[in-house]
Amino acid sequence: MSLRIVVAVKYVPDATGDRHFAEDLTTDRDAVDGLLSELDEYAVEQALQIAEEADDAEITVLTVGPEDAKDALRKALSMGADQAVHVEDDALHGTDALGTSLVLAKAIEHTGYDLVVCGMASTDGTMGVLPAMLAERLGVPQVTLLSEVKVEDGKVTGRRDGDAASEQLEAQLPAVVSVTDQSGEARYPSFKGIMAAKKKKVESLDLSDLGIEEDEVGLAGAWTKVDSAAERPARTAGTIVTDEGEGGKQLAAFLAEQKFI
Amino acid sequence: MSGSALPSFDPSDPLGLDELLSDEDLAVRDTVRRWAADRVLPRIAEWYERGELPGIRELARELGALGALGMSLTGYGCAGASAVQYGLACLELEAADSGIRSLVSVQGSLAMYAIHRFGSEEQKQEWLPRMAAGEVIGCFGLTEPDHGSDPAGMTTYAKRDGTDWVLTGRKMWITNGSVAGVAVVWARTDDGIRGFVVPTDAPGFSAPEIRHKWSLRASVTSELVMDDVRLPADAVLPEVTGLRGPLSCLSHARYGIVWGSMGAARSCFEAALDYAKSREQFGRPIGAFQLTQAKLADMAVELHKGILLAHHLGRRMDAGRLRPEQVSFGKLNNVREAIEICRTARTILGANGISLEYPVMRHATNLESVLTYEGTVEMHQLVLGKALTSLDAFR
Ligand SMILES: Cc1cc2nc3c(=O)[nH]c(=O)nc-3n(C[C@H](O)[C@H](O)[C@H](O)COP(=O)(O)OP(=O)(O)OC[C@H]3O[C@@H](n4cnc5c(N)ncnc54)[C@H](O)[C@@H]3O)c2cc1C
Ligand SMILES: Cc1cc2nc3c(=O)[nH]c(=O)nc-3n(C[C@H](O)[C@H](O)[C@H](O)COP(=O)(O)OP(=O)(O)OC[C@H]3O[C@@H](n4cnc5c(N)ncnc54)[C@H](O)[C@@H]3O)c2cc1C
Repeated sequence: MSLRIVVAVKYVPDATGDRHFAEDLTTDRDAVDGLLSELDEYAVEQALQIAEEADDAEITVLTVGPEDAKDALRKALSMGADQAVHVEDDALHGTDALGTSLVLAKAIEHTGYDLVVCGMASTDGTMGVLPAMLAERLGVPQVTLLSEVKVEDGKVTGRRDGDAASEQLEAQLPAVVSVTDQSGEARYPSFKGIMAAKKKKVESLDLSDLGIEEDEVGLAGAWTKVDSAAERPARTAGTIVTDEGEGGKQLAAFLAEQKFI
Repeated sequence: MSGSALPSFDPSDPLGLDELLSDEDLAVRDTVRRWAADRVLPRIAEWYERGELPGIRELARELGALGALGMSLTGYGCAGASAVQYGLACLELEAADSGIRSLVSVQGSLAMYAIHRFGSEEQKQEWLPRMAAGEVIGCFGLTEPDHGSDPAGMTTYAKRDGTDWVLTGRKMWITNGSVAGVAVVWARTDDGIRGFVVPTDAPGFSAPEIRHKWSLRASVTSELVMDDVRLPADAVLPEVTGLRGPLSCLSHARYGIVWGSMGAARSCFEAALDYAKSREQFGRPIGAFQLTQAKLADMAVELHKGILLAHHLGRRMDAGRLRPEQVSFGKLNNVREAIEICRTARTILGANGISLEYPVMRHATNLESVLTYEGTVEMHQLVLGKALTSLDAFR
């Protein structure tokens, strides 16, 4: 039987652009170009490597996001994933992590899976909670933050590197894993991959396809609410320490004052 | 039309030329741009200073994995990309360094193209898949010490000996020569000029590197020395006799240079624009002076005109309607303007302009080679002159 891998990938605003909030305090997604979250490229890469090791595997990349999120799917397809699922619905605007995990879980069940691979965190929300929420909703084991991952004999194994120790973990499939940016450089999409991606299937789903009510998601259904948001203040000029024999001491004093040491 | 509907002005794409590109075109461009930013830009100044390309085999394999080698050829592991996509890749590679683009041009447009177009099925099977993957590097030997612009006078000679061929002669200024696993060598025979596919481990073949170059320092340039190199009958490229063979390969490679040179120019323009906005003299950014603005405006105009020209030629090539004279038009204009842009950028950067800390001097000196190889400026003027007047001024 073919190993069914679903990779959850997020379409995020380009961090090099100027990012702003819209009036309802949600991210203004029109203002900047988006792209496949860089941390999710590692998830795609690991899924590709697992699939290359397996006799027979099929990779579906899944995203919940606006129309333009297709770009993220296209990128993952050109890296080598086999097909894509895009969940898009106007009612999703303002969905929080819980809501996103509900939609992702339903879409994953809809697609069918043995292994779900996530990134360690999105590069915009950066909560890093979705993999755990997904596992909970799907009722399967979670093995998160892996820097090495393998699938063998119906099990997923991997290494999680902590500050003090590295753990070797294992879970029975089906399972949810997330991989870190230490798991291995993501490949560049090859030109053949780019050309082939055009012909791969992208399934579009909305909430009704997944049997989700509108009030379970969106701003209204969110458990978290953004009360206020402020732009980060512009950088100030910084402090110049002129060394007149006491430079070292002055630097140490500055660092201590800023509580860096 | 209401004013608010107008797209905003993008200094990096003032004419909105990106709108000519498809999603796939943009994806190809992004991939190459990112690869070059990750793998070439952090180390190119060091390679340039040392006059070496130490990781050339690894770079070749990475370029092969991308599909950049022989990318517009079809079958045999080649990517089958469009001419426009090949051009975009050349532009991004040359924005990093002309040496890296040269590696790719010679591999894909000269060595692989020659085998793909004029080779036998066996030659294609034997060499193209490994060349497309970057496992085998190829070179293309046409120029000789005494015969550059006028290759018809070449003296490298392939003599029949039974069914074998015996090859003797010297080729000069051959890109990739010392690192090549296979050389496509053009030689005089009793039946006219023929191409030979020469494994570089053949006895009698050697390829010493040419040192002391002050241009294309991050590129391997070599001499090919052939002393009675014995080759089997099937080493000859069966499908072509005469100069038409090498010249059609060169036409393909020149097309890539039409785009590539604009990459070098873009890199210098960006450096100059950045510098002009931040460098202050006489109490203002130098970009606020009219003389600097005139330079920047003229550079931008030539840069984007050149890209537009390249795109036009690319579309013609994709439609099978690109004439060699049109390639000469593009090569002549774009390399000449690119070098002018780099030299002007050099002046804007002042003393910093001569430093390897900035890409400008590196690109400017690289383009001195690009101006000469694949047909000198003068040769392309003569090609166009002849096409315009029907009068041959070559000799
Ligand atoms: C259309 C839409 C509009 C939204 N609008 C807002 C808003 O205005 N304000 C707001 O606060 N939140 C909004 N959200 C929710 C928010 O952006 C996050 O998607 C959500 O909270 C998950 O948190 P995170 O990004 O920190 O993910 P993390 O938990 O950090 O992500 C971990 C991993 O989960 C997977 N993942 C995360 N998100 C997705 C996704 N969307 N699709 C597929 N895989 C994913 C990836 O593998 C990722 O690496 C919106 C979500 C959607 C889909
Ligand atoms: C870095 C580098 C890499 C190269 N790589 C390769 C390679 O991979 N393979 C290969 O085969 N070659 C390669 N070449 C060689 C290149 O193609 C030749 O240098 C080029 O064709 C010019 O030949 P030449 O140097 O002998 O100059 P010449 O032909 O001697 O020309 C000298 C000058 O005289 C001018 N001139 C010549 N004839 C006329 C005329 N009729 N009217 C007016 N002016 C004329 C020329 O335009 C030029 O300005 C490379 C060169 C360089 C610098």
